[in-house]
Amino acid sequence: MKCKKCGVKASVHMRQHKLALCKEHYLEWIPEQTGRFIKKYEMFTHHEKVLVAVSGGKDSLGLWDILVQLGYQADGLYLGLGIDGRRSPSGEGINYSHESQRLAQKFADENNLKLHVVDIEKEYGQPIPVLADKSLRGYGKPCAVCGLAKRHEMNRVARDLGYDVLATGHNLDDEAAVLFGNTLNWSSEYLLRQGPVLPSSDGLARKVKPLCRFYEREMTAYCLLRGIEYIYEECPFAEGSQSIYYKELLNQLETTRPGAKLTFYLRFLEARKSGNLFIEQDIERAHLHACPRCGQPTSTDDFCSFCRMIEKVNAVSAS
Amino acid sequence: MSVKLILRNKEYEVKPGMMLLDALKKINVVPESVIATREGEMILDDEILKDGDVVKLVAVISGG
Repeated sequence: MKCKKCGVKASVHMRQHKLALCKEHYLEWIPEQTGRFIKKYEMFTHHEKVLVAVSGGKDSLGLWDILVQLGYQADGLYLGLGIDGRRSPSGEGINYSHESQRLAQKFADENNLKLHVVDIEKEYGQPIPVLADKSLRGYGKPCAVCGLAKRHEMNRVARDLGYDVLATGHNLDDEAAVLFGNTLNWSSEYLLRQGPVLPSSDGLARKVKPLCRFYEREMTAYCLLRGIEYIYEECPFAEGSQSIYYKELLNQLETTRPGAKLTFYLRFLEARKSGNLFIEQDIERAHLHACPRCGQPTSTDDFCSFCRMIEKVNAVSAS
Repeated sequence: MSVKLILRNKEYEVKPGMMLLDALKKINVVPESVIATREGEMILDDEILKDGDVVKLVAVISGG
């Protein structure tokens, strides 16, 4: 497969866009598109200070790298969650938090960027798994407490340090998985809140997701091609999680229907923006009239769709 | 005579001459969920795998 821009061997093929690009053009394309999304969704300007929530993973480090390339004032925030990944008290852990912090710091140092670090245990006396255990939240898994703590701390730091906006590395797969889950449950309140931008309000910093239109695969490709070292190990508590299960289902769909994830998300955003999501529509019965041929109701000015189809078949058969 | 595919700690073998896409299907890996690299270079679904190739599959799904 050849690069659409220069004709050399392609490194990345994005079937949903029918676009294959070589390394050089892919590494140009991703920042260009990110800049376009930032403007399209009015996320922030070059005059505003951006705080990037950095986990040490591919998406957040990729985002930070792109924002800096685009000339935005972007500093990083790393939250030390104290997750070791030990299976049992005597077992060996994978030092998940230490390793992710090391990689976040390495990226910051190599690029002369400012990284704020907040250690949850130092701030609140206990690491996330212990906070979860003691608060009896989350039914044995710390993910709910982890999410709560991250949202709280990200907002606190953004507000305390005077950042205009908080940027997270959520990609399209993250967004599609959340959307899928909320749709399965018809969680209308959550559905109406989901989007690339969550405006600031009453002490809450504006939150933006500049990568929300890139597939997770594209961000992995970006980091691999750009040489960004990220934590490859999964959070030990993510194993068997619902969001990963939804992502796997959506990827199966995507394999046979390229673009299905993108369409699912973008059509949702359009429906939400139009204000028509969950508002019962007047079916416009007044505009229906009887088809001149069969007499059944139709919204078209002429014959109904069925009669037009039959007419076309008859015309083709007669020719 | 084989091609080796490695995903995390698991190794799979397929016959040479297959397209990467077919090899992934053969070992029940969803193509959308991985990126394939050979000798450090990313390869695409239409790449024909040759005898002795070692293909490292990078899992792309993360989060919890």
